[in-house]
Amino acid sequence: MTAVDVPPTVPVAVAKVSIFRRLLRKPVAVAAMVFLLVLAVVAILGPLLAPYDPNGGAIQDILAPPSADHPLGADSSGRDVLSRLLAATQVSIAAALLATVTALTIGVIAGLLAGYYRGWLDSVTSWFTSLVMALPGIVVLLAARTILGPSVWLAMLVFGIILSPAYFRLVYAAVSGVRNELYIDAARVSGLSDSRIIGRHILSVVRAPIIIQSAIIAGIAIAIQSGLEFLGLGDLAVPTWGAMLNDAFANIYQAPMLMLWPALAISLTCIALTLLANSMRDILERTVAVRRRRRRVVTTGTGSIAAVTTSFSMSGADANLLDEVEELSEQPEVIHPDDEASARLGDGSLLRIQGLRVAYGQGRASSVEVVHGVSLDIRPGEIHGLVGESGSGKTQTAFAVLGVLPRGGEITAGSIVFDGTELADGSPQAYRGIRGTRIAYIPQEPMSNLDPSFRIGFQLVQPLRKTLGLSKKAATQKALELLARVGIPDPERTFRAYPFEVSGGMAQRVLIAGAVSTEPDLIIADEPTTALDVTVQAEVLDLIRDLQRERGMAVLLVTHNFGVVADLCDRVTVMQHGRFVETGPVRSILRSPEHPYTRSLLGAILDGGPARGALVGSEGNPS
Amino acid sequence: MGFFIVKRLLGGVVLLLAVSLVAFTMLYIGGGDIARRLLGENATAEVVAQKAAELGLDRPFVLQYVDWLGGAVTGDLGRSWFTSQSVFVDVSNRLPVTLSIVIGAVLLAAIVSITLGVLAALRGGWLDGVVQVISVIGFSIPNFLIALGLVVVFAINLGWFKATGYVPIGTSFEGWIASVTLPIIALSLATIATVTQQVRGSVIDAMSRDYVRTLQTRGLGTGIVVFQHVLRNAGGPALAVLAVQFIGLLGGAIVIEQVFALPGIGQLTVQATTLGDVPVVMGVVITTAIIVVLVNLAIDLAQAALNPKVRLS
Repeated sequence: MTAVDVPPTVPVAVAKVSIFRRLLRKPVAVAAMVFLLVLAVVAILGPLLAPYDPNGGAIQDILAPPSADHPLGADSSGRDVLSRLLAATQVSIAAALLATVTALTIGVIAGLLAGYYRGWLDSVTSWFTSLVMALPGIVVLLAARTILGPSVWLAMLVFGIILSPAYFRLVYAAVSGVRNELYIDAARVSGLSDSRIIGRHILSVVRAPIIIQSAIIAGIAIAIQSGLEFLGLGDLAVPTWGAMLNDAFANIYQAPMLMLWPALAISLTCIALTLLANSMRDILERTVAVRRRRRRVVTTGTGSIAAVTTSFSMSGADANLLDEVEELSEQPEVIHPDDEASARLGDGSLLRIQGLRVAYGQGRASSVEVVHGVSLDIRPGEIHGLVGESGSGKTQTAFAVLGVLPRGGEITAGSIVFDGTELADGSPQAYRGIRGTRIAYIPQEPMSNLDPSFRIGFQLVQPLRKTLGLSKKAATQKALELLARVGIPDPERTFRAYPFEVSGGMAQRVLIAGAVSTEPDLIIADEPTTALDVTVQAEVLDLIRDLQRERGMAVLLVTHNFGVVADLCDRVTVMQHGRFVETGPVRSILRSPEHPYTRSLLGAILDGGPARGALVGSEGNPS
Repeated sequence: MGFFIVKRLLGGVVLLLAVSLVAFTMLYIGGGDIARRLLGENATAEVVAQKAAELGLDRPFVLQYVDWLGGAVTGDLGRSWFTSQSVFVDVSNRLPVTLSIVIGAVLLAAIVSITLGVLAALRGGWLDGVVQVISVIGFSIPNFLIALGLVVVFAINLGWFKATGYVPIGTSFEGWIASVTLPIIALSLATIATVTQQVRGSVIDAMSRDYVRTLQTRGLGTGIVVFQHVLRNAGGPALAVLAVQFIGLLGGAIVIEQVFALPGIGQLTVQATTLGDVPVVMGVVITTAIIVVLVNLAIDLAQAALNPKVRLS
């Protein structure tokens, strides 16, 4: 939950700092640890410090108020509250430890064995878990109390057994995950015994989660143990926080202050344990995030935007990458004049982007700009290609036009005018009657862009009813026609199907049907064929071209593929590192590219290699 | 769907059989010792044997269990060893008290958690901070302590509610509300803490999904997207957490009832536990297990209704 603490430029040191050292940097964690340390000291030395016998009462002291003799007063049997509190700390902490250690021992051993060897142990333990889950812990403890008597220790032993699945699940999951890793095989081949493998490789993975779990479980044990004692089910001879509460509650009207001390002891201990567990979890999660992020930054090498946007959508802020981006080519954009073909489009403007800047981050100081002031005109009825490598800012530009930038992203400067309406302020009012009606969107990955919980038909009908105000019947009719139009063989069946019941190609046709359903003037298609099979790609591109001709829509086609551009587009804009480097009619750019980056993009195709591979390496494509 | 229900029901029955067998074994295996414990150390061996025979503890263990099971299936859970009351009657008289605070707590927790969780996920800022603080407090402080705090503040100092006692809903609705309000609040706080976090996480996760963006580009407003699509997809994980929480609430109610002197299952169990009234304890164990199995079934069905993948596989 804390803000920035580790700059990714020195990540090696970060990964090596132990969790404990980093806990010391968190004030909350330090406070929790100091409290628990004091508590441990009191638990060990408590009975020695106690001024009186915790169980010896005097009649004249019954419910005595705090005084010099009894700093915290005396309880209903005339026993010194301070002495009892000190003695109770020892018993309560020891009882919680007993439950935790019991659960830990059983859970870890069973988890290791079941995860590593599988077989019958696996089903026995899963049965035990569902048995334990069938009853509230306190009911089991009460039943156990019926036969075992009032001993705190026996109760905590039973509770430890009940809690053991918490560790079991943790260890089991970790072992199952690690079991088939190559390095475990390697260890086995090199002759390490099973017990050495378990100890070395597996326990090291689960150590930190186990410590977190232990803090949580110790808290639960303290809560339930004090609950039992509070119910009056404990051993009267043993002073505990819960027993003190029980006595205090019985005298709540005569001496309300009696409740304060045991209640404080229980609450503060539980809160300290929770806060410690939370801090450790934060640190662990952060470590994983930093590692992942580092890997991305390294593989993208040139400081491309993919790394920046991805790391931003994941977590914190790192402005250092900004410098790298700024250094890169400041060469002005090359603009080719209209040729015969593009002149036919006229020079009207449907969408005019001017000086658009998009940045990510919280607040000005730590924000990272990913689109650096780009300008573009899209004419009515043209197919305009937006080309560039992964992370060049194409998708960010597209999202900015649609007003759907991910969390943390915002337009910091420039304007986006669609047919006379300014959209750059991103307000829902500005987009009303435009987004989803006159501007539509075809996404890249068909499967993840359909809501898995709703039938395909509903996902087509709902927007039609909302945006065009159609009746349910009319919208259904229209959706079915659209499904037929985009080449779906059995529209009725697809209409009733859930997204996971159709193929990727079909899903993409559904999304295209959705996009054209409101007869938009502009479609923004973000790599609409990248996720599809090669054979399906051609069909989908044909479909988009056919629909575009049929309806005279303009299309902003985001792609990394010059083949697609050559095939489909009227004009094209090349983007690199958040800037437009070259723009013009498609033929002119293909024949005489002037910017070195455009040349290298085209060269990559001419060399016969895949355009992506040659330029960006193996990084996945988040744009 | 029918097959799905039957499968879950069968699983529940098997689980109940297992729970009853384990509990019965643990509670009754003592045989003669049980009679000795009931009569005290000074009783002669003869009297102990007589008592054991009277309670049927001298018969073979398997027979005792089959007998109990046969009765339980027909709704006969035996009689208390101390009051000779029918256990079934005792439990069913007290169940409404416990269930009214447990169900009340579930409803309150569901409403508050969804509201807070969604707002914290969408708005962030100070509200998110408030949710984090509530989570730590609700998660870590035992609910009976929260109950004690509520009693001290609202019943004793402010006098807004009666500190103890129960008014059946049939007697007076306002009286009932007044008698269950504090218990419900005390009971639900821990659940609110956990479920709010879960809802917040699920909503943040669902909001970052591609389909949410696509729905926005189709011209749907944030309201529809959040309430129809995001909440439905976030609902599954949240329900799963609520299922686990319900078991905790049932256990929590047992302790909370003592604070407010509510005549529910908790009071019955605590009495029976102290006395060693085994048939009553056994009756409570199996009743609780039945409730848990039924609730899990209901939540499974709700999951299936929310998520077509569960329903169709």
